[in-house]
This record gives sequence, C-alpha cells and structure tokens, in this order.
Amino acid sequence: MHEPIETSTSLLFGRLGWNAIPFHEPILIYTFVAVMLGGLAVVGAITKFKLWGTLWRDWVCSIDHKKIGIMYMILGLVMLLRGFADALMMRLQQSIAFGDSAGFLPPHHYDQIFTAHGVIMIFFVAMPLVTGFMNYVVPLQIGARDVAFPFLNNFSFWMTTMGAVLVMASLFVGEFARTGWLAYPPLSGILASPDVGVDYYIWSLQIAGVGTLLSGINLIVTIVKMRAPGMDLMKMPVFTWTALCTNILIVAAFPVLTAVLGMLGLDRLFHTNFFTNDLGGNAMMYVNLIWIWGHPEVYILVLPVFGIFSEVVSTFSSKRLFGYTSMVYATMVITILSYLVWLHHFFTMGSGASVNSFFGITTMIISIPTGAKIFNWLFTMYHGRIRYELPMMWTVAFMVTFVIGGMTGVMLAVPPADFVLHNSLFLIAHFHNVIIGGVLFGLFAGINYWWPKAFGYKLNVFWGKISFWCWVVGFYLAFMPLYVMGFMGVTRRMNHFEDPNLWIWQQIALVGALTVACGIGAMLMQFYVSVRDRKKNLDVTGDPWGGRTLEWSTSSPPPDYNFAFTPMVHDNDTWADMKKNGYQRPLRDFVAIHMPKNTGAGFIIAAISAVLGFAIIWHMWLLTGVAFVAMMAAIIIHTFNYKRDYYIPADEVTAVEEKRTKLLEAHA
Amino acid sequence: MPEMTATTDLSSRYYVREHHPENGTLLGFWIYLMSDCLIFACLFATYAVLGRNFAGAPSGAELFDLPLVALNTAFLLLSSITYGFGMLSAYAKKQRAAIGWLVLTGLLGAAFLFLELYEFSHLIHEGYGPQRSGFLTAFFALVGTHGLHVTFGIVWLVTLLFQVGKHGLTPENIRRLSCLSMFWHFLDVVWIGVFTFVYLMGVLP
Amino acid sequence: MKYMKHCRGLLLLPLLLLAGCNTVVLNPSGDVARQQADLVIVATLLMLLIVVPVIILTLLFAYRYRKGNTQAKYNPDWDHSTKLELVIWGVPLLLIIVLGAITWISTHLLDPYRPLQRIDEKRTIAAGTQPMIVEVVALDWKWLFIYPEQGIATVNELVTPIDRPLKFKISASTVMNAFYIPSLAGMIYAMPGMETQLNAVMNKVGVYDGLSTNYSGAGFSGMRFKYHGVTQEDFDAYVAKTKAGGGALTRAAYLQLEKPSEREPVRRYADVDHDLYDAIVNRCVTPGSVCMSEQMHHDMQRVQIDAAAKAQQAKAGETNMAKLEAEVCVTPAEQAKGAAQPTISMKK
Repeated sequence: MHEPIETSTSLLFGRLGWNAIPFHEPILIYTFVAVMLGGLAVVGAITKFKLWGTLWRDWVCSIDHKKIGIMYMILGLVMLLRGFADALMMRLQQSIAFGDSAGFLPPHHYDQIFTAHGVIMIFFVAMPLVTGFMNYVVPLQIGARDVAFPFLNNFSFWMTTMGAVLVMASLFVGEFARTGWLAYPPLSGILASPDVGVDYYIWSLQIAGVGTLLSGINLIVTIVKMRAPGMDLMKMPVFTWTALCTNILIVAAFPVLTAVLGMLGLDRLFHTNFFTNDLGGNAMMYVNLIWIWGHPEVYILVLPVFGIFSEVVSTFSSKRLFGYTSMVYATMVITILSYLVWLHHFFTMGSGASVNSFFGITTMIISIPTGAKIFNWLFTMYHGRIRYELPMMWTVAFMVTFVIGGMTGVMLAVPPADFVLHNSLFLIAHFHNVIIGGVLFGLFAGINYWWPKAFGYKLNVFWGKISFWCWVVGFYLAFMPLYVMGFMGVTRRMNHFEDPNLWIWQQIALVGALTVACGIGAMLMQFYVSVRDRKKNLDVTGDPWGGRTLEWSTSSPPPDYNFAFTPMVHDNDTWADMKKNGYQRPLRDFVAIHMPKNTGAGFIIAAISAVLGFAIIWHMWLLTGVAFVAMMAAIIIHTFNYKRDYYIPADEVTAVEEKRTKLLEAHA
Repeated sequence: MPEMTATTDLSSRYYVREHHPENGTLLGFWIYLMSDCLIFACLFATYAVLGRNFAGAPSGAELFDLPLVALNTAFLLLSSITYGFGMLSAYAKKQRAAIGWLVLTGLLGAAFLFLELYEFSHLIHEGYGPQRSGFLTAFFALVGTHGLHVTFGIVWLVTLLFQVGKHGLTPENIRRLSCLSMFWHFLDVVWIGVFTFVYLMGVLP
Repeated sequence: MKYMKHCRGLLLLPLLLLAGCNTVVLNPSGDVARQQADLVIVATLLMLLIVVPVIILTLLFAYRYRKGNTQAKYNPDWDHSTKLELVIWGVPLLLIIVLGAITWISTHLLDPYRPLQRIDEKRTIAAGTQPMIVEVVALDWKWLFIYPEQGIATVNELVTPIDRPLKFKISASTVMNAFYIPSLAGMIYAMPGMETQLNAVMNKVGVYDGLSTNYSGAGFSGMRFKYHGVTQEDFDAYVAKTKAGGGALTRAAYLQLEKPSEREPVRRYADVDHDLYDAIVNRCVTPGSVCMSEQMHHDMQRVQIDAAAKAQQAKAGETNMAKLEAEVCVTPAEQAKGAAQPTISMKK
C-alpha cells in the first residue's frame, strides 16, 4: 500500500511546487515547446490582423447557437488531435514492448496516456462534436431563432472548454490520472493514488459535466417550446427527435456522474468512506453508479449520429425516410432501455446468475430497435436514387462497420461469454468498432453535410475521399487484430508483452493507426484547401444537396436571426414539402426581430471555475476561497443584468434579405 | 395564433408574420430540479448501501437527537408555508407583503441551518464525523448536501430580495420568484425523505 | 451437446488462418472455459444470421440504387410497409428470444459460484464429491495462492490436479483485480474486503497462463503467473516437495509480502497460518486490528441491545404510567378498608 506522499503545503501554493513541472520527461518538454510555439503563432496572427476585438465580441461573448455550435466543433477537432496522439503512442508502445524491451513509455507515463486517451475522446471529442451539431442544427430545423436559454448555451460551451483546459494543463503541471477512464476506487482513492492526477480527472469532468447538463436542459426546452407553428412532435425531423432523446438522456444521466465524482472527491479530500476498504466503504457502489451514468453516455454519443444518418440517407437517396414512426419509437425505446443495461459492464463482479441474466437479456433487447433503424435506412436506399457525395459514403461505411460492432456487443451480452472476453482486447475492439464505425463516421458525415450550411461552400471532395478511405481501411487494420488478440486471451491496458505470437498482430494494428493518422491529416488538408478555395466554390442557394428539412431554406450561412419570418409547417420533410408545393420566399414587409444580447459573463464565470478547480486540485486553499467567492459574485452580478435582449430593426432585416434576393437572382 | 398577412401571397401558407415562442424558464427550471432530484436519489441509494456500515462507531439510533430534528423539520416546513404566502402576495402584486414573507422564509431557513450545523458540530466534536464510518459518511453527505442546497437557496433569496426591491414585481422577477419557490418546496420534499428514511427509520430497530 | 463440437469445428475452419496463434479463448483445456467458448460461437452464429444479410443488402442496395443506374426503380414517396416493419422488428425479436433463453440457462449453469456438475462433457461428478479449495489473494502486483487443505502457499505459481473439481475463493489486498486463467474458466473480480468464488476444473495436463484482467496500477502488466495442471500423483509430489522446502507464511511474512513489488519470482511456503486467508478477507492481518466480520457482528449486537434497552425503557415508562393511573384509581371504599397497597390494575 502506498503511503500518502507528504509534500509541503503552503496556504498560497498548496502542494504546487517546481517538481510539478515534468522537466525529466523529454516527450512532454518537446510537446510543451511545440504547443508554446503554435500558441504564439496563433496569438501573433490574431494581433497582426487586429482580430482580438472581433474574437471577444463576436465569438467568445456570442450567444448565437450557430457560433457556439462552430466553437464546439473546433474544440472537438482540436482535442481529437490530442486524443489521437495518445492513441498513436499507445500503439507504438504496444508494438515494441516485447520480452526484454520495455518500450519507450514507462508504466508511470503509459498509464496516464491510456487514461487520458479515453477521457479526452469521450468527454472532449465526441461530446463536444455531438453537442456542436445539436446546437447548430436543431434550432434551424425547428424554425426557431436560437435556443431557449442563449446565455446558458454560451456558458455551457465555456464550461466544457475549461474542463478541456484542465486536462491539457495536467500535461505540463503535475500529471493526469493513472486509473483508466472511469477511475475505479480503491485504485483512484487517496491511498492508492495520492497524487494530483485523479483530482485533475475529477474536477475537469465536474466542470465539463455542469456544462453538458445545462446544455441538455436547454435543448429539451428548446424543442418542447420553440418549434415553429404546425410542427407537431411527429412532424419534427428525425435528427431533432434523436436530439430530444439524447438530451433527455443527458439530464437523466449526468447528475449521477456529478454525484459519484463528488463522492470520490470527498473521499480524497476529506477522507470520507464512500469507497474505502476499511471503515465501511463499498467500492462496488462506485462501479454501479459510474456505469448507471456510463451506459446512457454511450447512447448520448450515438443517438444524434443515428439522426444524422437518417437525414443524410433520405437526402442523398432523394427519397422520404422509410418508417418515420418506427424510427421515432425505436429512438424512444433505446432511450428508455439504455437505463436497464448498466450491469453488463461488470458481469464479472460476481452479481449472481439471475441478476446477470436479467441485464444480459435487456442488453440484447436493445439491439432490436437498433437493428430496426438499420433496416429503415436500408429501405430508404431501396428504390432511391443515391448520390455518393461524401456524407453518403460515410453512411454506407457506417452501416457495414457498425453492425459488426453491434454483433460483438451482443456476444459480450451473454454473461458466460463475457466471462472470457471482459476487459480483453476483444472488448476494446468492440467499443472502438461502434464508436469509430458509428459515432465518428457519423460525425464526419455530418461535418461534410452541414459544412456548406455553416460556411457557404462545400468541403473539398478529393481530400475528403482520401480521408474517408484512410479512415475506413485504417480502422479495420487497427482493430480487427484486436479481436484476434482478444481470442488469444490478451487483456487491456498492458504496457508490455511476453508472448511473441502477439507481435504480428500489434504491427498490423500499428499500420492501421498510422493509416488513420493519414486520414486525419487528409481531413485537415481538406479543411485547408476548402477554406483556401472557398470563393471559387460559393454556394448561393443555401441548399446544395437538395435538402428536405428547414435548415436548408435559409441562406448559407444563415443570417443572425435565422428566419426573417417564422416558418409555418404542414408536413414532415418540411422544406421538401415547401419546394414541392411552390412556396415563394417573402420579399418585403419585414418586421423587427427580437434577439438575445451577447455577454462575456459565461466566459468569465467558467474561467473562474477553472481557477477554482485548479486551486482545489493543488490544495491551494486561499485561492480556493477567493475563487469560490469570485464565482458566486460573478453569478450574482450577472443575475442583476436585466437587459439581455435587443431588436434588430426592420430596415436591417430588409437589407439582409434584399442582399440575398439579389444573390439568388444573379445565380438563377 | 399565427397572424397571416392580408395578401393571398402563396408564401403566407408557409410563413407567419410574428411569432413569439412561449417562455421556457419554468419548464427548464423544473427539468433542472429533476436532475437535482437524481443527485439526491444517488445519495439516498448510497445511504441505503452504506447505512449499516458502522465500523464500530455508533448507529443512527445511538446518535440522533429526534426532538432536535423535529424542531428542525418544523422550521423547514414552516418556511415552505411562509414562502407560499409570499408567492400569493407576489401574484396579488403586494410587494411589501411579499418581501416580508420572504424575509421570514429566509430566517426560518437560517434557523434550520443553524440547528443542523449545531447537530453536525456536536457529532464531529464527539469523534463521529464523516470520516469515522461508511454510515456516517453517507449520513453527512445526504444531510449535508441538503443543507448546502438550503444555503444556496438563502443566498438566492437574499439576492432576489434586492432585485424585487430594485425592479419591483415585474414578470421577470415573478418568474424568478417562482423558480426559487419550486426550489424551496423541492428541498422541503427531500427533507421529508431524509427525515423519514434517515432519522425515523434509523432510530427504529 | 455433440453437434456443438461439429459447429465449433466448422467455425474453426477460417481460424485455421490463425493456426499459428494460440486462440486459447476458443480452444481452452478446462471444461467450464470450453462451455463458454461454445457459447461465444453460438452467439456469433446467431448474430451472423442477421449481420451477413444486412451487410450484403447494404452493399447490394448501395450499388443497385446508385444515381447512375437509371434502370433501377425510383420510388421517392414510398416510405412505409407494414409487412416489412413486422419482419424488421419480428425477426430480430425471435433471434433475441432464442439467444435470451440460451442466456438465461447458460448463465445459471455457468455461474462461477455454482458447484460443478460435471468433469467434462462425458463425465459427471460423483455425488458428495468435495472440490479442492484454493484461496487466491491479488496483491500489488503478484498472486498469492493458499492451499488450505494441503497447508501450503505459493506466490505466482498455481498447481492443481486435473479432472478434480476446484473451488477458488478469491480476494485482494488493496485494489480491484480480476483472476483469470483463460484455459481454465472465465474471469472474476478480486476485491479487497470481499470474497468471490470460482468453480472450475482442468481437463488436460499442461502449463497455462494466468493473469489479472482488471488494471490495478504500475505493476499490472507484470502480474502474471503460470498455472500447472498436473496428474494427481504429480500434485501430491509437488505438495510433498513444497512442504519439505521450508518457509512459513506467517502474518508477519504476509505483511512483508503485501508491500508493492513487481514481477516477483515464484515463491513457495511449506507452512501457512491456518486463518491467514480469513484475516486477509476481513482486513485484520495487522496485529491489533479488528476483523470486519467481528466488527459487523459486534455492531449488530450493540444496535440490538441498544434498541432493546430503549424499548424496555419505553415499556417501563408505560408500566410506571399505568401504576400512576392505578394509584389514582384507588377507591375511597378500598382506602376505608385500610388496604396497605392500592390495587393496581394495569390498563394493558
């Protein structure tokens, strides 16, 4: 048992000292230098082009759901680079650490990397990207001008970002957790992990978690209260349906994460006995609570992506989505069932046969509505006229890849089968199969699909196709060997191997990871080339794909107010219906539009909470007190702001709309 | 109701001239409250699991001072009643009466907190703080989280007193008072759960 | 079941490609693991019934209904078919019902806590046979095995006779681990302050890998051991040799062993404290510490006594109250009679 490390603590600096900076880790020093240089370049460019004012006023303070959506996407894509760097390092280590070679990452470092990889990919890549899409698209799809609580939306984004900032800070000041991405006690308790790593984990997730929870409330109220007239629930686009169910899941799951991380934090900070071995704690309680959150979390990731696929398949097959009602009910069933399966993550904890079978069977039942969705997409393609633009390519790749992952999931759902596969590389392959093949492919489909709406020009197809093929081939190369190694009895989180038979499979997996790296590089290239050539590829219509839902009725990008007049809805696939029935875009008699005001309060409160988190992590009690008081003060001061809205004058609306009229006429 | 333009312009079938979506604050706050309820549910569940892990330290029956808790409960329940009267005054636009009832609510809430802190400090002084056993951890966490919520409620209440004093009983302030009202009654309901499952059932054999 | 063997054989055909690698999970040597491997295969086959047609249909539709193929029928408004929905929901439902039934039965039959019914598919266990007990403790970062019936203990080496039912009682010293010998049976968590159990039997002589499958800290990757399945004679010889080899696993020796270390070489103890394992599970190896089971027992007793005392007090209070009332009930007539004691009539 580790003795708690006695470090000197001062009121001002807590346990923070010069030894917190990892001078002895060359990889980290080089990374820090690179980040500093890159950061200086960015700061220099912003200064040179005098963009600080715009950056603050129009982006940091923006409560516009479109800008916030874009910022979420930037956060997710930047963190993808960090999370993937972690993955590459893991693949490299596992491909060379055989027999006498200890590889280049000692356990102390490797164990932080696999923990950070999981935490970053789930919380700071997948969640922001999914949230970004819901933020950008849902208000447009329901004919609204913004979300229900625009300030909270901005605040949510900055809280998520501050969580990411704390995780990144752990790279250079102190260290990250060495517990795996869910930090089970007693390993994550104060006795086995006395260092700051788990504290960084707890506080970055608590801060980001508040952001996500508020975002969940925001989007539910938006969808319930702000739909355009005529849009009954069963006339909503499927993406909005999946967004609604996702946000219900968020509201019903994230509080559990808050509670259980709070308990772990109390155990570590105040030596309480929630999860200790002695004095009456119960570590199994943590496992249950964290997975009661954890399983709905993966459905939070995948449901919006199912929505994206529904939109993409029907748009690019030029056909109505097959089985709309069935899709909606399937989504609702998945939402409810996702609360009845959590124990399948720890069949091997010894719960007894009846409990295990119950959860195994509920897990299998969830595959039925999921399968129904796949069939519905299939039959949307059937008798359609499919155009293989990039979003559709990603969709077909998803349909093939995801069912394999789903299959391996049902295999794992049989408890005695799980007894031989739990925590093995087979499990790793399974969840990467569904997360990459499902969530990530869907996010890429969505990026290529809605980019023209957000920016006014399509993404470059050549580089997009390279990225696509590298990702698909790379994924199979990287993860099929892991299924094999799972059958060879290899477990996860190993930093060293003895069995030379594994060597070839690790090499194939490494090649796969490098191929995926090329895919990411190609995607970055795609962004660069598209931005560079944007003027040549301007889409003036606002509807480059022949879309079927309301977001395609606006200009690209939409004006601040989204719709000069709120649409009136008569049918599903509202925009397709409008186009079919010869609607005419209103040209005059515009009115003043009521809009919310930008504010910096969200950023400020979030930044203070990051300072508060940092202070608690390092036991800097004076700073903790000050930051807490400052945060309360900032919140209270913000509530004294009663002037949160303004009107866009009718003239301005007229000017914007006339400009668009002229563009459309010139194009026609 | 959508206000259609007078023209027979086809586009009027697809557009409304002015649309003011319903205010979603109360619904949003209610959903937040349900998420808070879930946090309490986790704490109750943890109490159920750890509630018999005494680790050699006393049980609830040996520690709880039921008369004190009864007084506490009375204060909190009373404070909900006074808040109710405060809301009635607010709806009737009687600003001074509303503020008066709210002040009374805050004082009763503060009295509740004072007694609770007294109970806690007494337990800790005897060596039965949250570090002593799983049962005590769960007890302090559940009751303490409730107390923290009451504290934030009082801070919010004081803030609102200033805001009502400054702006009056505007629709925005009525909305804020309604949200705090939901919050306050919710804490009352949670306390009834605490009182029943922790104190009463803890004392029964 | 006999056909299982054939099915397994058929599926193993593509696995011939993997012949070079030891897919031990699908080819184990212990009966329990074998039944679990069969389940993996059955589940795979059932799922392939859906997955293969879906993949084929996906690629088929993707190709056939591409925009360039003007010969394919284009029906842009066809979006519903009740018959198709019935198939879409019904077929997976039927499959899941089958798999669900298999799951319920197999989960109960292969429950690690359940005593074994058979040595392998051909031989059942004679009634009244007691399994051999092995106590397992996951330490940082090595495995301790205590053989209570033989009175020996080993570190990072497990030896048992083949064809003999085994009952593992598993715990841990500090953090969660998982005990797994792929060739023998499924895995089960090893948790401090708690005991899990695993019933298994090895059918083939050999040397097998054992490991921890729940990440437990810096030394996790080295937390491996060799499991030797040997004949009964060889096992007896092993026990005798160990007993002759000296070394005693006393409480003091255990406390030394418990200290964190990685990649420990094999160690054998000729003698082991008979209640050491119980002390480990109850977290009272250190002299002077209270055993959890004892603590819980005392706590329950104390709570009951306290409750009884309070109840008695309350009842005594009632008795006193009744006495008071009875005293009040003395009639003047009785007083006149000069009764020394008032008649006490209890209300209850």
